[in-house]
Amino acid sequence: MIPGSFAYHRPQSVREAVAMLADLGEEARPLAGGHSLIPMMKLRLAQPQHLVDLGGIPDLKGVRAEAGDVVIGAMTSQHEMIASPVLAERIPLLREVSVLIADPQVRYMGTLGGNVANGDPGNDMPAVMVCLGAIFQLAGPNGERQVAAREFYQGAYFTALEPGEIVTAIRIPAPPAGHGYAYEKLKRKVGDYATAAAAVVLTQSGGRLTSCSIGLTNVAETPLWADGAAALLVGSTLDGETIKQAVAAAEALTAPASDNRGPAEYRTKMAGVMLRRALARARSRAA
Amino acid sequence: MAKTRIELTVNGQAVEGLVEPRTLLIHFLREQLGLTGPHIGCDTSHCGACTVDLDGKSVKSCTLFAVQAQGSQVLTIEGLAAADGTLHVLQEGFRQMHGLQCGFCTPGMITRAYRLLQENPRPSEQEIRFGISGNLCRCTGYQNIVKAVQYAADRLAGIDVKEAAE
Ligand SMILES: Cc1cc2nc3c(=O)[nH]c(=O)nc-3n(C[C@H](O)[C@H](O)[C@H](O)COP(=O)(O)OP(=O)(O)OC[C@H]3O[C@@H](n4cnc5c(N)ncnc54)[C@H](O)[C@@H]3O)c2cc1C
Ligand code: FES
Ligand code: FES
Repeated sequence: MIPGSFAYHRPQSVREAVAMLADLGEEARPLAGGHSLIPMMKLRLAQPQHLVDLGGIPDLKGVRAEAGDVVIGAMTSQHEMIASPVLAERIPLLREVSVLIADPQVRYMGTLGGNVANGDPGNDMPAVMVCLGAIFQLAGPNGERQVAAREFYQGAYFTALEPGEIVTAIRIPAPPAGHGYAYEKLKRKVGDYATAAAAVVLTQSGGRLTSCSIGLTNVAETPLWADGAAALLVGSTLDGETIKQAVAAAEALTAPASDNRGPAEYRTKMAGVMLRRALARARSRAA
Repeated sequence: MAKTRIELTVNGQAVEGLVEPRTLLIHFLREQLGLTGPHIGCDTSHCGACTVDLDGKSVKSCTLFAVQAQGSQVLTIEGLAAADGTLHVLQEGFRQMHGLQCGFCTPGMITRAYRLLQENPRPSEQEIRFGISGNLCRCTGYQNIVKAVQYAADRLAGIDVKEAAE
């Protein structure tokens, strides 16, 4: 399979990239790791006339701690996230998610920016970013702005990105020390997208939850932030009855497609099962 | 579409070529450089038969444009054995432990295992399985591939290894 023809551009700075995208107009697309875009181009589901490769821009790389936040450059690969000591210490959830994405070769290339900007409901990072309350830093023809992950996703492959805008970095408030976390993903095999998955971050004190956030992957056109379900759990001891109510509230948000990963009803129930497991594991890890 | 000139290092040798931007690295390696070790198995980024090493990363060369490799260091299976033909210890491992049957997946398996051992010289069985999870084999059932990688790791660590699989 050979993609359609295109012209290749490799800017050296964010400014240059943004100017190029504005210049080249609608037929241009940014290229990050290429591991969603190139397969689509090979299938001719995408036929951009111009690719603007973000791979030569040093400013888009790396993970750094900034006060209470962790800032991850958009071109940081999933492999680099797994290896990052800053993330291991501050947001270990991201390592847990990254090792469940695709396979080693894909993770060397696939980037966090590409994963969150792609807009495919099957991507794992968006629901995790929604769970963590991440902020996406964008640069475009009209300058820079920030959009919360919780407001970024509007539909399948439809995000708050304006034409010519790119994600430059992802800013994540680090959860407090002693928090519990888990990402539970049901997939058919290594390298598969989720049938359903749940991300949980929580804190507890004296046996009761003091905070909880829940994100769900691939059970709607967008990642889901199950804030109502989480609110039911805060203050509880995670007793069976409360969990049942919270799982029902989370399941009620879902609207999955019926596809070769299973019928919609099944995927909704699996979202509930993943949430139960994620809650139990997150709690077992919380101080 | 106008062709672009690229220069890169492949198996230690400086090479250059004229490619269309849409030329995939696997096609450049196989068709322009005649390096047919990396195979095209699935052409859909799943099987790992096309794996090569690019600047210290294992990549699926069917999912990368040749222009993206401009200025890079590429290693394919052809670059592993010594100039005098002495096999790399991984190649020796696959031979001793019967790590292949039809051999189609082998170049990708070995180049992937090469990077895995660079990053983790003493992997556990589980770490080997996780490390090669992007490479599919339709023949062996993986058992002997894992043993072959373990063999190479042991030999590189100076441990004496019993040869031949049971
Ligand atoms: C076999 C296989 C299995 C996979 N399994 C999973 C999985 O289980 N879970 C998962 O989450 N993903 C999976 N993926 C996808 C993989 O993680 C991709 O790498 C990721 O979705 C996209 O990141 P990328 O850097 O490759 O982006 P690209 O493919 O380069 O880009 C994707 C899209 O985002 C746009 N884009 C990229 N970067 C930016 C930016 N900074 N700003 C604005 N727009 C941008 C591009 O224009 C394009 O439209 C899999 C891929 C493969 C090949
Ligand atoms: S041919 Fe590249 S992954 Fe199968
Ligand atoms: S030996 Fe035949 S595919 Fe692996």
